[in-house]
Amino acid sequence: MPLLEIENLTVSLSQDGTETTLVHDISYSVERGEILALVGESGSGKSVSSLAVMGLLAKALRVTSGTIRFDGNDLLALKNEEMRQLRGRDISMVFQEPMTSLNPVRSIGSQIMESIEENLGLSRAKARQRAIELLKEVGVADAERRLKQYPHHFSGGMRQRVMIAIALAGNPKLIIADEPTTALDVTIQAQILDLMARICRDHGTAMILITHNLGIVARYAQRVNVMYGGRIVESGSARAIYAEPRHPYTDGLLQSVPRLDQDRKVPLRPIQGNPADPFTPIPGCRFHPRCPYTTQICREEAPGFDDGLACHFPLTTETREAV
Amino acid sequence: MSALLRIEDLSVHFPIRKGLLQRQVAEVRAVEQVTLSLNRGEAFGLVGESGCGKTTLARTVLRLVDPTSGEIWFDGKNVSGLKGKSLAPYRKQVAAIFQDPFSSLNPRMTAGKILSEVLYVHRYEGSIPGRVAELLSLCGLAPRFADLYPHEMSGGQRQRVGIARALALDPELIVCDEAVSALDVSIQAQIINLLEELRAKFGLTYLFIGHDLSVVRHLCDRLAVMYLGRIVETGTSEELFSSPRHPYTKALIDAVPAPDPDDDNTNKHGALAGEIPSPLNPPPGCVFHTRCPVAMDHCKSTVPPLSQLGGHHAAACFAVEPSQDAQR
Ligand SMILES: Nc1ncnc2c1ncn2[C@@H]1O[C@H](COP(=O)(O)OP(=O)(O)OP(=O)(O)O)[C@@H](O)[C@H]1O
Ligand SMILES: Nc1ncnc2c1ncn2[C@@H]1O[C@H](COP(=O)(O)OP(=O)(O)O)[C@@H](O)[C@H]1O
Ligand code: SF4
Ligand code: SF4
Ligand SMILES: [Mg+2]
Ligand SMILES: [Mg+2]
Repeated sequence: MPLLEIENLTVSLSQDGTETTLVHDISYSVERGEILALVGESGSGKSVSSLAVMGLLAKALRVTSGTIRFDGNDLLALKNEEMRQLRGRDISMVFQEPMTSLNPVRSIGSQIMESIEENLGLSRAKARQRAIELLKEVGVADAERRLKQYPHHFSGGMRQRVMIAIALAGNPKLIIADEPTTALDVTIQAQILDLMARICRDHGTAMILITHNLGIVARYAQRVNVMYGGRIVESGSARAIYAEPRHPYTDGLLQSVPRLDQDRKVPLRPIQGNPADPFTPIPGCRFHPRCPYTTQICREEAPGFDDGLACHFPLTTETREAV
Repeated sequence: MSALLRIEDLSVHFPIRKGLLQRQVAEVRAVEQVTLSLNRGEAFGLVGESGCGKTTLARTVLRLVDPTSGEIWFDGKNVSGLKGKSLAPYRKQVAAIFQDPFSSLNPRMTAGKILSEVLYVHRYEGSIPGRVAELLSLCGLAPRFADLYPHEMSGGQRQRVGIARALALDPELIVCDEAVSALDVSIQAQIINLLEELRAKFGLTYLFIGHDLSVVRHLCDRLAVMYLGRIVETGTSEELFSSPRHPYTKALIDAVPAPDPDDDNTNKHGALAGEIPSPLNPPPGCVFHTRCPVAMDHCKSTVPPLSQLGGHHAAACFAVEPSQDAQR
């Protein structure tokens, strides 16, 4: 049984008396210990779908259908209090901007210890010991002294290490990392991602890694879900998706990025047009206004999600080359 | 080839003042002894991690920040001391595109108004509405965009307006500071292609600042790598990426994961340890010595000079042997 199993999840926004679908009928699962990436452009629903799993959706947002099963529990049926316990212990989240998720006027130590006391029910002294262990584990040198310091004493990379320590406090089975390194420099990004991958390996923790960066996906994830306009349009092993993308959007993303491992003069092939916006209805396939392979049926009928793909005309080696 | 822009031994320090008397207690050494030259018509890249001084260098070239020492020469004229009215011709020749098109465009003006304002202020001599229409179309925006406000556009469309504004006065040099960094990859590729097209069409020169090495390599003929205010290595894109010589450049390239699950070259030498020191208190000697895997004793006290390695290639590191060609 997978650790996390999401079926037909739909999330909608109610605003000014109208209902807008932000995440549309997505299904996927995460196995124990694996790293699964969610990629897609800004606004494609990566964060909203993950916040739904955490039970942390904003007030105006609501799961309108579907199920989320985690380790045998139906998460949508849990009471708020039960969900809160689960969040500290079994699932935790790391966000992009560590400064806004840490309280600036409390010491790092009290914030880590609070999370340990709450989630593991340890005494103050034991919690302090555990906090020091956790900081060491995430590579913060001189942990005992640093417990007394405040967030502004830490660089961006160090703050992200602290957030990871807090996320690890309850020995979670799943970590959801939403753009954990987007705000960091490349050499620091490499340190943090190597650290997170090592933690998953050592503790058998599963991770949902949300990112825009196709290089990060290739290096750290075993499987990938590509999202577009609130839907998963393609999913599969990282290897298969990079070698033989079947959805035109996935292919377009891969052709859009310049790469260090290719001739620098290889021209980029951008995807035309602008990303789908949930407030502008698009009939048929949501990608059709930007897709180079659109036909009449694409404009009229939304493709179902079948065998890891939502497209009427999956790409093959021949069609990929032809454009 | 003639140099369009020459930056000579440029330093920019910001005083940190404290107390009632506003006495200077320290200084941030944002840019330290930088020498660079950009040839007419080339795209020159500047890369480095946040806080290393890229934006400060850009703003100094744009004459928005005064140099502490050193000179800036543009088209054979020393522009570092120009003030007020005497800067007007320079302001027409040098334009800028910034990272966040949202904060750099006036939210209360339509795209058409934003563009006509620049033309009006600089007393454009032709038809202003005609030029606005031309600029929009050059940047791939339909005429209806003239009537839209920034918040009614997507990030990519706003960046196109930013580019149109930069092009308005027919500049020779455009300083692009993280101009594509905030955009989604599919849109980023559109804007990169647009920048390339415009450069070819108008013979523009770019100073292109970015932290995404793959993007800078794709766009730029030559580039410089900065660390804590200093240039540590410079060369053509080919030289720098196929044979980086400075340990920092090597680590930087090494840290970029390739979009290929079968590539295991990333961090093959291990991720670079340690944090970037503060420019408020830069390390003595080689600024990189606190993180350098091959640092030697004298690196801690002596600043390595930028030495020529042959071709356009130069690096500031004691561990780098000058190549054969450079000695000849
Ligand atoms: N609290 C909210 N109220 C209204 N709309 C929202 C809210 N949160 C998200 N949305 C909308 O839902 C859609 C999906 O947003 P989401 O944050 O999941 O995108 P994302 O894929 O995480 O994008 P990014 O890469 O920019 O983080 C967007 O159109 C967004 O504007
Ligand atoms: N006006 C200023 N006053 C004081 N310090 C500044 C000022 N502008 C920039 N700095 C500092 O100078 C250094 C270089 O900054 P910047 O040029 O913005 O770097 P980059 O663009 O490479 O990220 C940073 O430490 C920054 O905080
Ligand atoms: S369904 Fe049609 S429009 Fe949509 S991605 Fe496939 S080919 Fe393109
Ligand atoms: S000069 Fe010394 S410390 Fe600096 S990069 Fe070279 S070897 Fe490393
Ligand atoms: Mg998000
Ligand atoms: Mg900057």
